[in-house]
Amino acid sequence: MSNAPALEIAGLVKRYRGTTAVDGLTLRAERAQVTAILGPNGAGKTTTIETCEGYRKADAGTVRVLGLDPVADARELRPKVGVMLQSGGVPTTVRAGEYLRVMARFYAHPLDPAMLLETLGLTGSARTQYKQLSGGQKQRLGLAAAVIGRPELVFLDEPTAGLDPQSRHATWQLIDGLRTAGTAVILATHYMEEAERLADQVAIVDHGRVVASGPPAELTGSAGQLRFQAEAGLDLGGLLVALPPGALAKESPAGHYLVEVTDRVDPQLIASVTAWCAEHGVLARDLQIESRTLEDLFLELTGRELRS
Amino acid sequence: MTQPVAAWPAPAPGAAPLRRIVSAQAALELRTLLRNGEQMLLTLVIPVLLLVAFGRADLVSIGTGISRIDFVVPGILALCVLSTAFTGQAIGTGFERRYGVLKRLGASPLSRSGLIAAKTVTVLVVELVQAAIVLGVGAILDWRPVASPAAVIWVPLLLLAGTAAFSGLALLMAGTLRAEATLAAANLLYLILLGLGAVLFPLSKFPAGMRPVLELLPSGALADGLRLVLAHGGGVPVSALVVLCVWAAAAIALAARTFRWE
Repeated sequence: MSNAPALEIAGLVKRYRGTTAVDGLTLRAERAQVTAILGPNGAGKTTTIETCEGYRKADAGTVRVLGLDPVADARELRPKVGVMLQSGGVPTTVRAGEYLRVMARFYAHPLDPAMLLETLGLTGSARTQYKQLSGGQKQRLGLAAAVIGRPELVFLDEPTAGLDPQSRHATWQLIDGLRTAGTAVILATHYMEEAERLADQVAIVDHGRVVASGPPAELTGSAGQLRFQAEAGLDLGGLLVALPPGALAKESPAGHYLVEVTDRVDPQLIASVTAWCAEHGVLARDLQIESRTLEDLFLELTGRELRS
Repeated sequence: MTQPVAAWPAPAPGAAPLRRIVSAQAALELRTLLRNGEQMLLTLVIPVLLLVAFGRADLVSIGTGISRIDFVVPGILALCVLSTAFTGQAIGTGFERRYGVLKRLGASPLSRSGLIAAKTVTVLVVELVQAAIVLGVGAILDWRPVASPAAVIWVPLLLLAGTAAFSGLALLMAGTLRAEATLAAANLLYLILLGLGAVLFPLSKFPAGMRPVLELLPSGALADGLRLVLAHGGGVPVSALVVLCVWAAAAIALAARTFRWE
């Protein structure tokens, strides 16, 4: 096993007929870590991952997977890398257990297919044809096939999209286990909770670039939030005067207020807010203390408008 | 969900030997085929029904100086190659491409040439089964081939060249058209070649102007080549082999250039 990082992408550019899907993306992922790639639809997550998997050639920039070139060194790389596509990839009439037994025969030291079925709650569906599996079962079978060859690095493209809570939990446990065992996991996902829970490193991607990266706790920082509800149209300028410098106050939607401070919310802040409310005869309801989440950061960086 | 996470095995990557990978894939494709009712209809039921119908009843006057069954058995053998190497393979591969199966295999240790090898093994095994059944049914229908010992060489050579030509055409189609278009076109071509390709009807029945063209079709070359060896007592099927090899070389070269894996 070489010492090269799991993934090293520098200035990756990928264009499709005029549109630029990936626009100078730079990213590094370490071994034995879960690296989450977060981004809205069309941000370039799948294109980036598929370039690393050797499906597409970069138009510019370099990609090294386990120190190797995904296209030129494909033969050497394929057994070392596990791939789970966003969907499909399995013949429709093959049975779940049969598929894993065939995939196991492709590798020198595979995992036991029966053990994998058991781990992912698929034992009862071992004799079911792929086309008759539920969406969640198909996803889990795809995940099982990605890890059966005991790869050093696994690419998972939205592995829990559309899964029920039990399936999602089983998937998370497996990803956690892979990392503990020393496998690098690259996880493209929409789910902030998933990234916050699983990832050692997060890269937020938008318009084909990394707009923020780091460990989740560092990304969200220590910023604190105080939310409350009251009558609409309070004088926020007046409220801000009563608060420590650097604080922000917003009303969105009407009657829902958010006070944000750079440090944690402390008793003094609550006292200041409630004192101001008392002074103005305002009854603050549902007062809540929160810390900034990855989702707040994500929406801040990528905008709140809907993407098609 | 019962597996303790801490006990997950460490990475131990490595590909299996190529032969094991290819045989695992070929066995999977074979099982998939046997499970597919439409494919079985296409590869076994239709050829056997046509063999019995045309071999027994005087549906078509042969008029080529050989007995009806001597004419029909080689034609049905050619039909077997057409149905398995071309129609079945084109449709199967087209849908594999559509469902991302080929894409996913591209990330596995099975190389592209390994996948082609697995598909070829599958086609040849199915053809062997078809040939055994057709020859068996032919024997029941009193088919007695008039062949020299050299037929043991020429018949497999013709079948292999035909398989290469039809496989190349199948992959050319499956690798470029949408799966639905492949399904329609492969079935249509099957019917056209069944009618015009010297499979059931002798080329002498067609207008003289059409004959040279029909003789250059892969099905016509294969069927008439087989007849030359099996019914006319030991000719050397040079022109048939040349026609089939040209088709094979052209189709495979074109398929290799145009095939899209996803």
